[in-house]
Amino acid sequence: MSADTPTPKFTGVLGWIDYRLPVISWGYKELVAYPTPKNLNYFWNFGSLAGIFLVLQIVTGIVLVMHYTPHADMAFSSIEHIMRNVNYGWLIRYAHANGASFFFIVVYIHIFRGLYYGSYKEPRELLWILGVIILILMMATAFTGYVLPWGQMSFWAATVIVNLFSAIPLVGDSLVTWLLGGFSVGNPTLQRFFSLHYLMPFAIFAVVFLHILALHEHGSNNPVGIDLTKKDKIPFHPYYTVKDVFGLFVALLFFGAFVFFAPNVLGHADNYIPADPLVTPAHIVPEWYFLPFYAILRSITFDIGIFGFTLIDAKLGGVIAMFGAVLVLFFLPWLDTSKVRSATYRPIYFWAFWILLADVVILTYTGAMPAEGIWPTVALIGTIYYFFHFLVLLPLLGRFEKPKPVPESINKPVLPRAAPAGPQAQPAE
Amino acid sequence: MRTTFAAALVGAALFATPSAAPAAEAGAELMTRDWSFEGIFGSYDDAAAQRGLQVYDQVCAGCHGMKYVAFRTLTDLGYSEEEVEQIASNYTVTDGPNDMGEMFERPAEPNDTWPSPYRNDAEAASIFGKAPPDMSVIAKARVGGADYLYSLMLGYDDEKGMDLSPGNYWNKFYPGNIIAMPPQLYPDLVQYADGTEATPEQMAADVSHFLMWAAEPKLEQRKRLGIGFMLFCTAMALIFYAMNRRLWADIKK
Repeated sequence: MSADTPTPKFTGVLGWIDYRLPVISWGYKELVAYPTPKNLNYFWNFGSLAGIFLVLQIVTGIVLVMHYTPHADMAFSSIEHIMRNVNYGWLIRYAHANGASFFFIVVYIHIFRGLYYGSYKEPRELLWILGVIILILMMATAFTGYVLPWGQMSFWAATVIVNLFSAIPLVGDSLVTWLLGGFSVGNPTLQRFFSLHYLMPFAIFAVVFLHILALHEHGSNNPVGIDLTKKDKIPFHPYYTVKDVFGLFVALLFFGAFVFFAPNVLGHADNYIPADPLVTPAHIVPEWYFLPFYAILRSITFDIGIFGFTLIDAKLGGVIAMFGAVLVLFFLPWLDTSKVRSATYRPIYFWAFWILLADVVILTYTGAMPAEGIWPTVALIGTIYYFFHFLVLLPLLGRFEKPKPVPESINKPVLPRAAPAGPQAQPAE
Repeated sequence: MRTTFAAALVGAALFATPSAAPAAEAGAELMTRDWSFEGIFGSYDDAAAQRGLQVYDQVCAGCHGMKYVAFRTLTDLGYSEEEVEQIASNYTVTDGPNDMGEMFERPAEPNDTWPSPYRNDAEAASIFGKAPPDMSVIAKARVGGADYLYSLMLGYDDEKGMDLSPGNYWNKFYPGNIIAMPPQLYPDLVQYADGTEATPEQMAADVSHFLMWAAEPKLEQRKRLGIGFMLFCTAMALIFYAMNRRLWADIKK
C-alpha cells in the first residue's frame, strides 16, 4: 500500500462544512493520509507522545488552577487542600507533577533521536529550531511551575535561578529586581510566575503547531536518513495511529508506576516544608531534568580575563555556559557539515553521538552532587566536551569523516548479505 | 550490534551511579521497618495507626500542631463518627467573631483541623527557641519518611547530650545531631487501649505509622486505583500490540 491516497470528496454535513471551512479535508490530509516513511522505528513514537504529555499537562493544570490559590500565604495550604479535600485532587496533582518529568524524558529521547538520525539537516532546519524553542519554553514553564507549591525548594530554586541574571553586567541587579517584583522572592514573584506558568503552555502549543506544520511539509526523516519516494511511504492512519496508541499505553505503564506507586521520588522532600526565607536548605538541587544544565552552570569556577583584568567573572561565565548549552542547538544544522543524516552510515559520528549521550548522563549526575571533591573537575571536563562536540567535532567530522555507502532506497541494501538476515533498515514492528 | 554495545555503555554509566539524591548530611543510617503501607498492595494498619493516634494525642500534640489534618478524616482509620467527635472534643479551637464581635474558644468538632497549641509560631518560638514544626506532612517532608521519624524518636543519647547547652539534645539520626526536641518516649508512657505493651520501639513505630497516614491519607485509594490503571494499560497495550502486528504484516514482508 502506498501513501498516494487522494483526499476523498466529503458529502452530507461534512461536505457542507468542508466546502465552507476546509478543516475536514485538511485534517484528513494531515492526520489520515499524511505520507509517512514505512521504516520508522519505535524512537519515532516519542514525537506524538510528547504532544500527548503536553495536552495532559494542560488539562491537569487547568483543573489544578480551579483549586489552587496563587498567594504566598495560601499556596502551600491550597496544595494540601487539593491533596486532601478535592475529589481525586491527589491524582491530578501527582499526574501534573510527574507529568512534567515524563514530558521532559519523552522530549529528551525525541531530541536524541533527532541527533542520532540527523533529523535537523536540510530541509528540516526550521523544524529543528522550532523544537529548540519548544524546549526553552518548556524549561521556563517547568521552572515557574516548580515555584507554585511554595515549598522550601520552590522558594530557594526561584532565588538561585533568578539571581543568575544579576551576573549580567550593568543591568543585572535591576533586572533581578524587575523579574522578582521586589528585592527578594516574595508574593509578587509567586503571582507573576503563576501568570507566566499558565501562559507559556499555550505558547508551546502554538509552536508545536508550527513544528508539525514544518514536519508535514517535507515529511518525517527515517532511520536510513535518505529522502524516500512515494512507494516507501504509507498513510499515517492506521499504521502509525495504531503504533502510537500502542506506544502510548506502554508509556502510561511507566507513568502510572510513578504516579500511583512512587509519586514523590522524582521530587524533593524539602518541598513539603513551607517556604521560609530565613532557612536555607542544606542542598538546593533543581529537578532532575535541569541537572545537566545546572552542572554546566557550576562548572565555571574561575574568572576569565587577560593581563590580570577580569573580562568575565566566574558567575557570568557559568551563566553564559549554561544558556550557551541550549543556544548552541540553534546552530546545529549548520555546525554539522556532513551531508549524511543517519549515524548508521557515519562511523565516527556514531561514537561521537554515544559519547555525547554519556557526557550528558555524567553531567546530570554531577549536577546532583555537592560542588566539592572531584565533582567540579568532572563538571568542567563534561562541559568542555559538550561544547567541543558541537563547536569543533561536528564541523570537522563533516569534512574528514568518510561515510559508509548509503543505500539508494530502503528496499535495496548496499551490499548483499551473506547471512539470511533482514534488510539493513529494519522496518518498524 | 555496535548500537547495542554503545547503548550498554551508557546504560552501565546510568546504573553504576548511585541514587542521584544528595546524601543527607551527617545523620546515621536510618533504622528501617517493614511498614504495612509499603509496596504495591500496601495499606495502613488501622490498629497501629490508632495506637499511633493515642501517642500523638497524649504526647506530640502538646507541642505540635497538625493544621491540614481534619478530625473527620479519622474515620479512614476505622473510628466511628462518635469516636471522632470524642477525640476532637479534647481539643480547643478559637472561633468567631461571634455576634458580640469577639473571638471565643470552643471544643473542636470533626470538621476542624488539628489546632496548634500556640497562638502563633512566634509564641512557640519564644518558648522553645524554635517553633516545633507542623506535623501534617512531616512524613513526606523528611528524607526517609516513616523510617526517619521512627529512627529519630529512638535516636537520643543522653550521655552525649550531657555537654550540650540547655534546650539541646543529641540525636544520632538528626542532621547535625543537635536537636531542640527533648526525648519523648519512655516505657509505658501511654496506656494502649488495645493492651499492647507500650515500649519506646512500639510507640515510635505506631506514631510514625499514624504520621504517614496524616501526610498521605489517600495512599490506599491511590494504590487501589493504580492497580486498576496498570491492568487496564497492560490490556490495552497487548490489544494494540496485536493489532499493530497484524496491520503491519503486509508492510513488513
